Amino acid sequence: MEKDQHTHIVKYRTYVYVLIALLFMTFVSVAVTGIDLGPYTVTTALLLASIKSVLVLLIFMHLKFDKKFYGIMVASVFLLLACVIVITFMDYLYR
Amino acid sequence: MSEAVNQHTEVSYLEYKGRFKGLFAWIFSTDHKRIGLLYLYSMLVLFSVAALLGLAMKIELIAPGKTIMDAQTYNSFFTLHGITMIFLIVVPGLPAVFGNFFLPIMIGAKDVAFPKLNLLSWWIYIIGAFIALSAQFIGDGPPDTGWTFYAPYSFRTGTNMLPAVTGAFVLGFSSIATGINFIVTMHRMRAPGMSWMKMPLFPWALYGTSWIQVLATPIVGVTLLMIVLERTMQIGFFDPALGGDPILYQHLFWIYSHPAVYIMILPAMGVISEIIPTFARKTIFGYKAIVVSTLAIAFVGYFVWGHHMFTSGMSGTALYTFSILTFFVAIPSAIKIFNWVATLHKASIDIQTPFLWALCFLFVFMVGGLSGMVLGALSTNVHLHDTAFVVAHFHFIVFGGTGYAFFGAIHYWYPKMFGKMYDKSWANIGLAIFFTGFNILYLPMFYLGMTGMPRRYYDYVDEFHGPNIVSSLGALLMISGLIIIITNLVRSAKHGVPAEADPWKGKTLEWTVASPPSLENFEEIPTVTKHPYGYE
Amino acid sequence: MNDHQVHIDEHRDDEGAKTGMWIFIFTELLLFGGLFIAYSVYRYLNPLAFHLAAEELDTTLGTINTVILLVSSMTIAMSISAIQYKNKKLTLILMGITLLLALAFMVNKYFEWSGKISHGIYPGSMTLQEASRGELLFFGLYYAMTGLHALHIVIGMAFIGYVMHLVVKNEVQHDNFAILENSGLYWHLVDLIWIFLFPLFYLIT
Repeated sequence: MEKDQHTHIVKYRTYVYVLIALLFMTFVSVAVTGIDLGPYTVTTALLLASIKSVLVLLIFMHLKFDKKFYGIMVASVFLLLACVIVITFMDYLYR
Repeated sequence: MSEAVNQHTEVSYLEYKGRFKGLFAWIFSTDHKRIGLLYLYSMLVLFSVAALLGLAMKIELIAPGKTIMDAQTYNSFFTLHGITMIFLIVVPGLPAVFGNFFLPIMIGAKDVAFPKLNLLSWWIYIIGAFIALSAQFIGDGPPDTGWTFYAPYSFRTGTNMLPAVTGAFVLGFSSIATGINFIVTMHRMRAPGMSWMKMPLFPWALYGTSWIQVLATPIVGVTLLMIVLERTMQIGFFDPALGGDPILYQHLFWIYSHPAVYIMILPAMGVISEIIPTFARKTIFGYKAIVVSTLAIAFVGYFVWGHHMFTSGMSGTALYTFSILTFFVAIPSAIKIFNWVATLHKASIDIQTPFLWALCFLFVFMVGGLSGMVLGALSTNVHLHDTAFVVAHFHFIVFGGTGYAFFGAIHYWYPKMFGKMYDKSWANIGLAIFFTGFNILYLPMFYLGMTGMPRRYYDYVDEFHGPNIVSSLGALLMISGLIIIITNLVRSAKHGVPAEADPWKGKTLEWTVASPPSLENFEEIPTVTKHPYGYE
Repeated sequence: MNDHQVHIDEHRDDEGAKTGMWIFIFTELLLFGGLFIAYSVYRYLNPLAFHLAAEELDTTLGTINTVILLVSSMTIAMSISAIQYKNKKLTLILMGITLLLALAFMVNKYFEWSGKISHGIYPGSMTLQEASRGELLFFGLYYAMTGLHALHIVIGMAFIGYVMHLVVKNEVQHDNFAILENSGLYWHLVDLIWIFLFPLFYLIT
């Protein structure tokens, strides 16, 4: 069967770079909490978390190297959850 | 293929001797066909119990005041009827029985992708059923919340909620396991040459269904878990006294439970899409439109949950949004109806029992669907919310939709599953009585609802007496029809005439294998070149 | 598709196993998704109380746990490369480090929770009954979400431990490591959820 999926081996180095980026963003988000950005505090924290999760998905979870169809599925699932949250807030925002 | 393998596969799946004997050869079998039958038998037992509970409720309603049971018994009866019918029968029903049995055969595979997981899902189902039903017998009396477990009553009531909620939670895993299995099976195991657009429509319907099972069930899982935590550990989620918002419970519950309605109806539509071209002896009209509308229903169906909560106190914006989306989701359903009717146009129809079931399905599904439009409109919903109208609509869609498709499917595939043909005239008589009883039972409830009879009450004012008598008599008639149908099927499994491989002259792959199929379905995996419904 | 003669029991499909694992991961994401919906609604309804309640949480402990999980995520990802390089010893070392880090996370979590409980902050406690409703909700969600996450850590540890056992027995090798990949995917899922839990609970001051 199709064994060609596993021919790609990710270098150790790549993982170390990703980890450094992830740690960096973690410390930035902790540091930003100390500064009062008003309503943008949550936005910054969530934005950094999203970038971090994209990195984890793409490199650690191999989405970048896998068939495209996995990436599409993951994106759709996140989109679905986002839509559900938005529609739920149709109620709470305007109540 | 070697000679040894050939001989090995010639034994039918019913007679195959594996590692275990007797009952164990079934309950430890990883064969998708045996698992399908395990589900069928378990559901037959549960369905009989739940149908009798329904009959008991209708008898209670034959006259105002207490007839055969008191209010608390009635409350626990409709709760148990709902939990059993929804979580144990219609949600798993068609995928678990006919999906398990026919999905691999229809796409030309020897089994599902994960046979052991498949067996595990049946075991989880049985364990979940026992936990849910144990609520009836242990603790402080049977649950009385209805199958929706609405907060805050579900953690205030003194009755035995925990097992019921835990059971529903456990059953979710069974549903998810089946969903994962089917999706992977369809992605990985289609026969050579069967591209997505050459896949029959029942597998397509199961594909949409499986995605909903996978993506919606976890939400209700965690919601039920929150109810459990709230009841056992006083963690505030939905209790206003602990700061929670009961309406959020309704949101979370219906985020699952509305898509669950499409878990019920999509495979039903798939079954009808198989039966109609076979007996019309014609290619299905608009194959692609049916595929697209299947996926559209699965997708849009995810965003309409709020129409169960129009009178709960949501914001105006939310009301409009949900109402519009509800109307949108009706479009693909209507497209399918048009496609089926167009398939029948100018066809030389072979009128047989499965086809009659499909015709009855079209009628009841349309009544159910159109009454759903009435409920999806905001202004009428306020009037009809929580009345008998909703009960009638729901039973027309779920019993009328999924139930009729289930019986249609069993009459359609019965010769393939058991290698015997049932008595066709008794089957038709049963259907006639059942269909008459069904309409006499539920049509008056539309009227009762419009004139204001609330649902879930064991008593009513005198004005409602007449239609209730009619409705209750209809219930008796319907149950007698059911008894004829089931007796005929059970009897024919032993005494029926042996069936040929393709009794209905169907064209999909399951009709190319023996009746009943051999253990591995195909001696050689077929190569597919044609469209599934190539009649011309 | 050249293995049609193979008996169904011998059927092996690594790609299919991975697809199945991903779909299972989606169900896990949506399981937490339900809690995230509840969190966002209640935070929207009680902004001030959530703000105050979050100050009770120890950001340092939370940060340490984040670092632990990120590093463990890297080591398990590296172990997949190691097995592809046919380096069994390194694979086992990397998986062992992952398990140790997971254990460290749980120890940390234990001290964090027991600290809270000793301050009288636990579901149904007297302190919380006098607190505002928003704070009550915050701590309810805090215990439920981090608790469910901790449960996933334990499951992930068991899964990785089992795969380690398979590696030792040479049942997982350079051409047959789908289950190692799947245990890795599961572990990254645990990491992924924590990436969101951390700012939502510890960083709203």
